[in-house]
Amino acid sequence: MVLESFLAAGLLLATPILLAALGELLVERTGVLNIGVEGTMLAGAFAAALAASASGDAGLGALAAVGMGVAVAALFAGATLFLGADQIIAGAAINLLALGATGTLYRALLGGTGAPLLLPSLPPLPVPLLADLPFVGRIFFSQNAVVYLAIVVVPILAALLSRTGLGLRLRAIGDHPAAASSLGYSVRAHRFWATLVGGALGGLGGATLTLAATNTFVEGITAGRGFVALAVVVFGRWSPWGALAGALLFGLASALQFQLQAAALSIPYQAFLMLPYVLTLLVLVVSRGSASAPRALGTRES
Amino acid sequence: MSTAGDATRAEIRNGASFASRLGFAAPALVAGGLAIGLTALFAAAAGADPARAIGSLLSGSVGSGASLATTLLRAGPLLLTGIGVMLAFRSGVFNVGAEGQLLIGALAATAVGTRLGAWPGQVVLVLLAGAVGGALWAAIAAWLRARRQVNEVITTILLNFVALYLVSWAVAGPLQESGRTYPQSDPFPDPAMLWRVPPGTRLHFGLVLALLAAIGAGVLLSRTATGLRLRAAGLNPAAARLAGFPVGRDLLLAFTLSGALAGVAGAIEVAGVTGRLYERISTGTGYTAIAVALLGGLRSGGVLLAALFFAALATGASAMERSAGVSAVLALAVQGATILIVAITNRMSWTGLAASSGDRDGT
Repeated sequence: MVLESFLAAGLLLATPILLAALGELLVERTGVLNIGVEGTMLAGAFAAALAASASGDAGLGALAAVGMGVAVAALFAGATLFLGADQIIAGAAINLLALGATGTLYRALLGGTGAPLLLPSLPPLPVPLLADLPFVGRIFFSQNAVVYLAIVVVPILAALLSRTGLGLRLRAIGDHPAAASSLGYSVRAHRFWATLVGGALGGLGGATLTLAATNTFVEGITAGRGFVALAVVVFGRWSPWGALAGALLFGLASALQFQLQAAALSIPYQAFLMLPYVLTLLVLVVSRGSASAPRALGTRES
Repeated sequence: MSTAGDATRAEIRNGASFASRLGFAAPALVAGGLAIGLTALFAAAAGADPARAIGSLLSGSVGSGASLATTLLRAGPLLLTGIGVMLAFRSGVFNVGAEGQLLIGALAATAVGTRLGAWPGQVVLVLLAGAVGGALWAAIAAWLRARRQVNEVITTILLNFVALYLVSWAVAGPLQESGRTYPQSDPFPDPAMLWRVPPGTRLHFGLVLALLAAIGAGVLLSRTATGLRLRAAGLNPAAARLAGFPVGRDLLLAFTLSGALAGVAGAIEVAGVTGRLYERISTGTGYTAIAVALLGGLRSGGVLLAALFFAALATGASAMERSAGVSAVLALAVQGATILIVAITNRMSWTGLAASSGDRDGT
């Protein structure tokens, strides 16, 4: 029983990072490094909070988060792909912009009353029959719709990248943009659309934080999860299955931290808060190497 | 000596004018103007009076002796961390862990400042502890990249969080005040505090150190053989290795120097301003440092201006919150928008910058 709820919580906590990491993975495979994931997630989390509290509907909140994620990604894509700004600088700028804008708007629109904001949450959708299975039913098949979506995106993205013509083009653009371009494929168009899809996933990841994990919004609620998603992409060696493994590792470590804190051992609570980060570090040390990075990652269109 | 002279002559031959040498100031100046316009725009959007917001932003950041002092006090750690980031980026090390290195520096400085009694000259050891703490924290990431090929962007980000929780634990544990009431350290004894420069003001010797570091880093990069090796590794590590440069050792050097500067930033904050360590000792200084370094064009002079600009904006924003009712986090949005616009108009790039200066030598 304890193990079931621990694993179920781990999956839920892994979801925001998984979604953002899958989006970033797609973007990076085309050779674009968007370190603005943190800001995209934060903007998505805020849009979800705003829409959900105004409409009372968590589903609308999630939809608003997707829209906001796309909008933020469009800003990044516009600056980098069309106006020639450096990707890393633009990404860092978007993180600051999102932190400042959501903080200001939150105080102006949602905060100020002093009472904590309580948001409607995404309801769990038990899958008929499967949810009744012992053990796995509770862990995998009694989650909310966004968790299912995140898991489903993993094989879809993996198949898209490795088994379709579009995937081959995307990867070619990430490795050899000049060669892909000389074959007549538009580097810019592919990167643009990939960035927008990445933004949608990042925004939705942010929504999971406000609508499923906490049911509230606070300033800077993402607390570095966007950066963890960036780490998860590298950890998973730019493969969706690897990203799933990395996100689950982080999610489970986070869930473990809550379990251990609840057990009220005499260990200081900061040790538990550190756990997900230290574990991720240790796994990186043991797994080593990052040879599978897209070769043109972070460079300008050529 | 002669190589430096040759380089200067070469630049003159290549038509590098005096104006282009002052080019480093342009982004920061453009940013200053932009920031004022954007603040008015955002303040209006948030429902405040833009004129009043701008007025309080300016008077609150540079309008009086007191506000100017606050701006300078904020600029010190930003300059140190910004210079650290500059050194790393120019050497091809993407150290985004200044925040963690600053925190560990502050932690080490506090251990020396509050746990080893009080004796004359203690502050020197406090500063040294900060530098060593920051350098060691950076060395973890450096070692992982050099020996285990783990990307430093990830490790430094993860280490930032670990450092944050280490400080949080320390101020409630081994470094907590003797009264054990609040999660903070004991106050620093007098000999562990930085000298006031000039005496009688809130300004302290740490600001002088920051300026010296900026000058020193500039000289190191552009006027020494070590700097040449570091820049070569930043431009083209494969070529640098072929040329027989000790690229691995230089990476460690750039990384730990960068960390040491961030560590000193943490030390001057506790030994110059707060006099204690507590959990929220850094308000994201190490993250802002990345923006400071990039906006400053990865040149010492530019980084100095950018640090002053960001410090003034943050100080002014607090004043704006008090008098115009606009929340101070607005400053972050203004910073972000400013950087984005400057990035577009200037097409500056931490990789491209290094490359373009290389091109100039070649043509």
